[in-house]
Amino acid sequence: MASVEFQNVSKTFGSFTAVPDISFSIADGEFVCLLGPSGCGKTTSLRMIAGLETPSGGKVLIGGKDVTYLHPKDRQISMVFQDYALYPHMNLADNIAYPLKVRGEAEDKRHARAKEVADVLKIGDLMKRLPSQISGGQQQRTSLARALVYPSQVYLFDEPLSNLDAKLRLEARGFLNHLQRDMGMTAVYVTHDQAEAMALATRIAVMDKGRIVQFAPPIEIYRRPATTFVANFVGNPPMNLVPVEAMVDGGQLRLRADGLTLTGLPLSDDIAKAAAKGKMTLGVRPEHLRMAEAGDANTITGKLFANENMGPESLVTMERADGGRVTARIFTDDEIRTDDHVTLAFDTRHVTLFDDTGARIPEIGE
Amino acid sequence: MKKFSLLSTRAGAVFLAPAAALVGVFVIIPFFWVIVVSFTNRTLLGRTAVDPDFVGLQNYFTLFNPATFFTRGQFGFSLILTVQFVIFSALIGQALLGLILAWLSQSVSPTLKNFLQTAVIAAWILPEVVIGFAWFAFLDYDNGTLNMIMRSLGLPPGDWLLQQPFWVIVIFNTWRGAAFSMMLFNSAFQSIPPSYFQAADVAGASSWQKLRDIALPLIRGHVVTDLILITMWTFNVFTPFLLTNGGPSYRTELLSIYTYRVAFKDFEFGRGAAVGVVIMLINLAFALIYLQIAKKKKAEAE
Repeated sequence: MASVEFQNVSKTFGSFTAVPDISFSIADGEFVCLLGPSGCGKTTSLRMIAGLETPSGGKVLIGGKDVTYLHPKDRQISMVFQDYALYPHMNLADNIAYPLKVRGEAEDKRHARAKEVADVLKIGDLMKRLPSQISGGQQQRTSLARALVYPSQVYLFDEPLSNLDAKLRLEARGFLNHLQRDMGMTAVYVTHDQAEAMALATRIAVMDKGRIVQFAPPIEIYRRPATTFVANFVGNPPMNLVPVEAMVDGGQLRLRADGLTLTGLPLSDDIAKAAAKGKMTLGVRPEHLRMAEAGDANTITGKLFANENMGPESLVTMERADGGRVTARIFTDDEIRTDDHVTLAFDTRHVTLFDDTGARIPEIGE
Repeated sequence: MKKFSLLSTRAGAVFLAPAAALVGVFVIIPFFWVIVVSFTNRTLLGRTAVDPDFVGLQNYFTLFNPATFFTRGQFGFSLILTVQFVIFSALIGQALLGLILAWLSQSVSPTLKNFLQTAVIAAWILPEVVIGFAWFAFLDYDNGTLNMIMRSLGLPPGDWLLQQPFWVIVIFNTWRGAAFSMMLFNSAFQSIPPSYFQAADVAGASSWQKLRDIALPLIRGHVVTDLILITMWTFNVFTPFLLTNGGPSYRTELLSIYTYRVAFKDFEFGRGAAVGVVIMLINLAFALIYLQIAKKKKAEAE
């Protein structure tokens, strides 16, 4: 296992800049997810760690060693591909043992090792099958087994679960999490699925347009999203974002928008400075909204858009006058009865404020 | 389900008729005519031109006469020469060179790859007469490019067409035909998902290991197709005639050239037709063998 470091790495394809300039470092034993929408440069970054793309500038270090121009085969890395990249003409044993074959291991030895890994992944009894004769979940585990069969410094995952159906994906995700706890491997995992990133990562790098917007542990990303982009990307459903007018009134912050009033928020220098510009974005997680009761002061009102019962919780979505939607996640066993209009109440301890550029305003005492 | 048709069957037949007549007159009838002629002693001149005799397998016996079989200028000599020609220029030359070029071009820059492809394909698309002259000029003793290069390197010049006629036509045919194999293998390699090779790269495989373990097994069908086609083309190729005229002293007289000489220079149509039939049977055998291999490989894969 080893650390991974990017120093001012950039990558351009012709006139297209995939990654303008990123730097980060991943410590030994960390499981880092690169999370972002498609085209954000996350896969390109991963492929530069693997050596499948050569950076246009900057340095890539694995275990402190400069590997920027090293061929993938000389990097001691493992990689799991989105399409699994299993060889259709080889049975599972040969597929899994292939990295050992190219290292010159004898056939019985490498098959024994392949079986060992396959048993851990519960595909040990399929070793004579061809990839076309097993299910998608088993194919996924086979490609994982091939990555695990030899010692590696870094394990790279390129959206390995995106071709699985929802149930298998949950299962595979749990297994990967278990494996990470078991092995303590250094891993870089590319995904566009925020739930996967939240579940697996020790740290998440949220990427947008080739830049890392925030690089923090999942809980930090969830609780303190650095920008409205992160807030909107992480969480299911994501954080509600409402553009508001801000003013300072008697030492307290007051926010206003169509159908929304929020008063009595404590003030800090940062907040006052942002409020002076008049515009802010109010962020609130769906679970921090509840159905308003008579007498609630801080509320938001709109037309009912959807009322989805998910089992343990209900998702109540309203549409406000400006067309923006706000969703509340309400944990209740009762069916929620709503009429045409919905009023939701804020818990003022759990609101996040973003300034007019979309950057989060630090909380008081932070 | 109602069958959709643009024309009635009768109208279709009318449109088909001219082409069918041409194919019949110039392909199907001659095919059987050659077989018939091969059992006669038909010639261009003399009594047998007008009234050939049916001689049974006489022509075939002459071809396979053990006393003269291996003599230069006889059928057996040409047959063996042609087999050698196929092995060296098609199987080793074109297929292997094409494979190596195609494999190497997978990992070079697109600019270099385009240049390489253009150069190789140019050799393939030029008219045969043009390249015949080009090679003649290239190999000329006094003013040929090759001898100029040899001289400037301080090496003795050679009269290549006289000294090494067989190897000249082998290299010529390799040069001429490698483009086809290269293009076929190129597109075959490109049909393999890139992630297969990337996974092998990450796993630590060398270029040779990737070719042996991944690329070749996956393009086996293309390889078989390529071998069938170039073997048959090379077996029937006539272009070396432009360079050597089959000589000197029959040393480059491939079967196709031999047939041409017997039938159209010696005007022994009967014997020429017999050679044609034998060539056809050999081609048929090749095709069957290769198809058998292809079928077996496919069955193994499934």
